[in-house]
Amino acid sequence: MREGWRRLLWPRLARALVSPPLTDAPPVPPEELVQALMARLEAAAQARLGRSLAIRQVDAGSCNGCELEISAMQNVVYDLERFGLRFVASPRHADVLLVTGPLTRNMREALLRTAECTPEPKWVVAAGDCAVDGGIFKGSYAVEGGIEAALPVDLLIPGCPPTPAQLLEGMLALLEAQGGG
Amino acid sequence: MSEVLLRLVRHGQEQGCRPHQRHLLDRGQWAALIAAIGEDEGVALLGLWADPAQVHAALMAGEAILIASCAVPEGRYAALSPARPGAVRFERMIRDLWGHVAEGGLDQRPWLDHGRWPLTGPLAARPAPHAMPPPQPVFLPVEGEGIHQIPVGPVHAGVIEPGHFRFHVQGEAVVRLEARLGYLHKGHIGLMLGKSAQVAARFAARLSGDSTVAHGWAFAQAVEAALGLEPPPRALALRALMAELERLHNHLNDWGAICNDAGFAWLHARAGALREAVLRAAAIAFGHRLMMDRVMPGGVTDDLMPAGAAAIGAALDAVAAELPRLGAVCDSHASLADRMVGTGVIAPSLVHAFAAGGVTGRASGRGFDARHRPGYPPYVPTEPAVLEAGDVDARARLRMTEMEGSVRLARGLIEALPPGELTLPLPQRGGEGLGLVEGFRGECLHWVALDEGGLVRAVFPRDPSWLLWPLLEAAIEGNILADFPLINKSINASYSGVDL
Repeated sequence: MREGWRRLLWPRLARALVSPPLTDAPPVPPEELVQALMARLEAAAQARLGRSLAIRQVDAGSCNGCELEISAMQNVVYDLERFGLRFVASPRHADVLLVTGPLTRNMREALLRTAECTPEPKWVVAAGDCAVDGGIFKGSYAVEGGIEAALPVDLLIPGCPPTPAQLLEGMLALLEAQGGG
Repeated sequence: MSEVLLRLVRHGQEQGCRPHQRHLLDRGQWAALIAAIGEDEGVALLGLWADPAQVHAALMAGEAILIASCAVPEGRYAALSPARPGAVRFERMIRDLWGHVAEGGLDQRPWLDHGRWPLTGPLAARPAPHAMPPPQPVFLPVEGEGIHQIPVGPVHAGVIEPGHFRFHVQGEAVVRLEARLGYLHKGHIGLMLGKSAQVAARFAARLSGDSTVAHGWAFAQAVEAALGLEPPPRALALRALMAELERLHNHLNDWGAICNDAGFAWLHARAGALREAVLRAAAIAFGHRLMMDRVMPGGVTDDLMPAGAAAIGAALDAVAAELPRLGAVCDSHASLADRMVGTGVIAPSLVHAFAAGGVTGRASGRGFDARHRPGYPPYVPTEPAVLEAGDVDARARLRMTEMEGSVRLARGLIEALPPGELTLPLPQRGGEGLGLVEGFRGECLHWVALDEGGLVRAVFPRDPSWLLWPLLEAAIEGNILADFPLINKSINASYSGVDL
């Protein structure tokens, strides 16, 4: 009867709660090895994942000419996705804000809110003559006169409208600039 | 019936607008006119606009197009919206820009003015400074069980223009959609005032970039009518060639995008490739992919480049060869028909009441095409193709038919380009004119009044989208929310064109 009691599992488990663990303490990896691996990972990520930009387009008052040419970048002839560039539906997923139009007063708040939703670091690109400085709409009561009036701009792509080739050139320049090689 | 109305308008004083006369009515005549419009379903309200002293309504009754005006001495005029619901947005716009109030108007909420400009009534004789915080927009209410609202925009998920859509949804079905536009208001009209016709033309060409040729031409037509000028035949032929290329590239874009929104990416990809070929040919022929600023009052700025005819010919051949095959692929997929047939139906009665033009009007049985009626050179009037179903499928099908028509017209124009001058100098004198040019989404209507020095004294560019936007709200009613992009694309109204 007493021997049988000793063969039960739960008293042993209860004892294990108060006795020292059987597992060894973890080894401490050499600091140099950690540093070297981190450097290699960063390089690999940059090369494999870094050549990619998610673009959120915002029309801040354009006549839709710029939108036509921006959309054309997606057609099979320009095929911007082969460069790792793609348009995303939410600013929260974006690396780049591609903004057109002279910045109407009625779009200012929407643009600023979109920019706030875009995680840092982000690029802001002003595409088209209107976005650069207001273009022919400069001086109207209804426009601010270019994207720079509301946001710091990293890249200007002039043209009325800029061609898909010029737009693509600008986007590729951003890819190069972020060091993807 | 239309005779009564025509007589009524013609009682008014002639104001010398060409080729369609403008008559100034007194208040009693204006009220009688509104009553007559309310009685006569055959009268189309093409547009309603103002200047600091008068409001102007462009009407079409049978074959006749005319403008009726009424003075607004105390900033008030009798509203047209009780007779024609299509007048609602025009009246709201007139109040926002000129400050004139439509008495008895169905909707007095602001439209273009979001309360963010430094002044109110920017085009009024004396604009007032404005420094109040912008008000919250008010949307039309919906009553019923389990209804919830979905706000969308102004920034949308795709690469499209900004606008706010307020959906009231019950389950999956849309009970009511209300669009709130105006985000793109740039102050077009204010910028055109006091400019020469040539400078103002650059603004007309940027009212809606996808229709730059059609709007440029309609504005030029208005200026030329005002000055009594006949542009040279070669200029007219080149304008028509550009206009047909513009129709072609936009229809390719829309047709492909409709298929894409219905879940068929391959057709979109092929249509996109063909469209790119057309745009590249346009760049070779006219030095600009969208052919912007090539139409100028008096004629055209540039001749067809030497390699242009061959480039356009090759692009047209490619389109003509592939279009029937794409149409056949589309027709052989039941999944596409399932999405498009019976979706987003617009009743013929609505299309007539709102005078909707273009593919949207013609797909619901309104056979209006400005190239046919009133017609303008160099077009030979041809009865437009019309369908009755009024759904997404009908609008897509008509685009296919009209693309074939544009290819035929463009080929004919290149083959028989008349020789001669490209442009005429504009005489420096006053005048008033109306231009009407069929763009890819409907007729572009431009009215302009020039002062004695030849500068723009008053102007109104009316994009066809004014007459299409209200119908989108009707087309989506009762459809599932997921079909909204498809229905929206099948109409493809311009945001910039109506935001002015």
